[in-house]
Amino acid sequence: MSAGAVLTAAPAYRLGEYHAFESAGQPFLYLVPSGAIFALDTLGREIMERVGERSRARTELTAVLLSRGYQQTEIDNALNELEYAEVIRYGDRAVEQPAVPQLTFPLQRIVLNVTNQCNLACGYCYEYSADKITKTDGKPKYMDLQVAESAIDMLIRESAQRPKIHVTFFGGETLLNFPLLRAAADYATRKSAEAGKHVDFSLTTNATLLTEEVIDFLSDYRVGVTVSIDGDRELHDRMRIFHDGRGSYEVILPKIKMLLERHRTNSIGARVTLSSGVSHVRRIFDHLTGEVGFDAVGFSPATANPDRLYHIGTQKMDTILGGFEELAWEYRDAAVAGRQHGFTNASDTLKELHTGISKAYSCGAGLGLLGVGTAGDVNLCHRFVDSPVGKMGHVIDGGIDHTARQQFLETHHLGARTDCHTCWARPVCAGGCYHEAFIHYGDTSAANLHYCDWIRGWNDLCLRIYGEISIRNASFLDRFSEN
Amino acid sequence: MNSMKPINRKARKVEEAIIAVTGDVRALQTRGGEGKIYYPMGCTLNFTPGWEVDVSGGTAGLCQPVERDLFDCYLGCGWPAQVPDHLNNAPDWTDKCASAANDWRKVDIVFP
Repeated sequence: MSAGAVLTAAPAYRLGEYHAFESAGQPFLYLVPSGAIFALDTLGREIMERVGERSRARTELTAVLLSRGYQQTEIDNALNELEYAEVIRYGDRAVEQPAVPQLTFPLQRIVLNVTNQCNLACGYCYEYSADKITKTDGKPKYMDLQVAESAIDMLIRESAQRPKIHVTFFGGETLLNFPLLRAAADYATRKSAEAGKHVDFSLTTNATLLTEEVIDFLSDYRVGVTVSIDGDRELHDRMRIFHDGRGSYEVILPKIKMLLERHRTNSIGARVTLSSGVSHVRRIFDHLTGEVGFDAVGFSPATANPDRLYHIGTQKMDTILGGFEELAWEYRDAAVAGRQHGFTNASDTLKELHTGISKAYSCGAGLGLLGVGTAGDVNLCHRFVDSPVGKMGHVIDGGIDHTARQQFLETHHLGARTDCHTCWARPVCAGGCYHEAFIHYGDTSAANLHYCDWIRGWNDLCLRIYGEISIRNASFLDRFSEN
Repeated sequence: MNSMKPINRKARKVEEAIIAVTGDVRALQTRGGEGKIYYPMGCTLNFTPGWEVDVSGGTAGLCQPVERDLFDCYLGCGWPAQVPDHLNNAPDWTDKCASAANDWRKVDIVFP
């Protein structure tokens, strides 16, 4: 339609932007970009159908609805509310786009890469494998206390008015630098209390170095723990091996059991990295929950260039999503019965849908979260630490480079990811992981187009499950309102 | 709402925003909801709920005569849409009205 035609055409209702789905026979709408979820009543459904057939002026639409037996007042109210919610749009009024946030955005979390060394040699590791982007030459192997303390000072200083801050310990293998963890946790606890803030901690580990002493520390400091484990012995040992090629399953199993037994003050989750040879979602979930004893298991495909042997192809990815779907329905059954279920990919997405999140950025990297390398370099996140990409200052020498951070936020805003502008899943996805994009396209600001269909498929599934839980056991959803 | 029901937290916020724009102004008729104490909304203090209505929605149980409302609004509160305000624009509006019950005819119209 030409600009002239727009000017002369009579204003009419047309459909707004949303994703329609059905749960337990009831129609729902997921509104874009607000992320609001509504159940449609009969009148709402009828209006959507009529406007869906073709654009209609308000008078015409009202006449049709009057002839269908609706009252003038209820029609007026319904049209007004659907228009204000932007389910239907009148004329060519421009839709407001989210803006780049006002800096300086308060920091919430730092990830300390306390070492760049690891005692395992997992085939898919983004720090050491073929897709490595970090340059650790000349950097210390282990972070020292001065760097860790400066990083914590920076977090407290840059967190502005936030009452809660968070420190994540990462590696390499985090526990190779255990003495630093203890000292850093002490320092952060003391300094946060002085600043009137609450600090909490989390850590990711391959579990090979867990001892009673380490576990008691984790328990005392209420450290949330993520254990990297890929399933039973056969699957786990395919990728997660020592430098001499031995599998690590046998070493970690008793240590994980001890961890689950002794550490009760915070959550302990399993994180599974899926790759071409390890895609048995159901089998892995059953093993980790049933036999090992984890309450929470999350899956993530390995980030890899498509040329790598362990890269997950389209067909394999469909198999994985099939496994996700099976577990997600099982999650639905548990939720309806009021029981917890350990499939965290489902609970994480349901929580975002419940909140009605509408992201301007795909994740908190560069925004509320920053990574810190062993030498004190500040970077976008732990995945970019010690890489020339995404560098944003130094914890001792000048703190955060706010110019670099601002520039990053301007160029990586959803508004700049034009590929995403017509996608209904953008409130939850916003283009996906910067690191994934860099490995695939050589550009952190590229949208992860290779995942689009899967992201939409997954979110559609979770919406249907969310709708069904809202009908059959709405009180279950209250747990997602807690922080 | 007439056409749809909010399900998630964001939808409830959208609903609030819509009602703020499209809903009727109900002020004094708005009840506190089940289990909540009902206070008529207005500018009087809790101890002088002598406004238009009492707790049952009528005027019989007011703890002070409605005539006093004139002074509550004019002197204490200056609800600008309803009465001239004492502080800035009409400081002598009720000078000739010692008792509203008797002298109300002496309270004249004020032109801004």
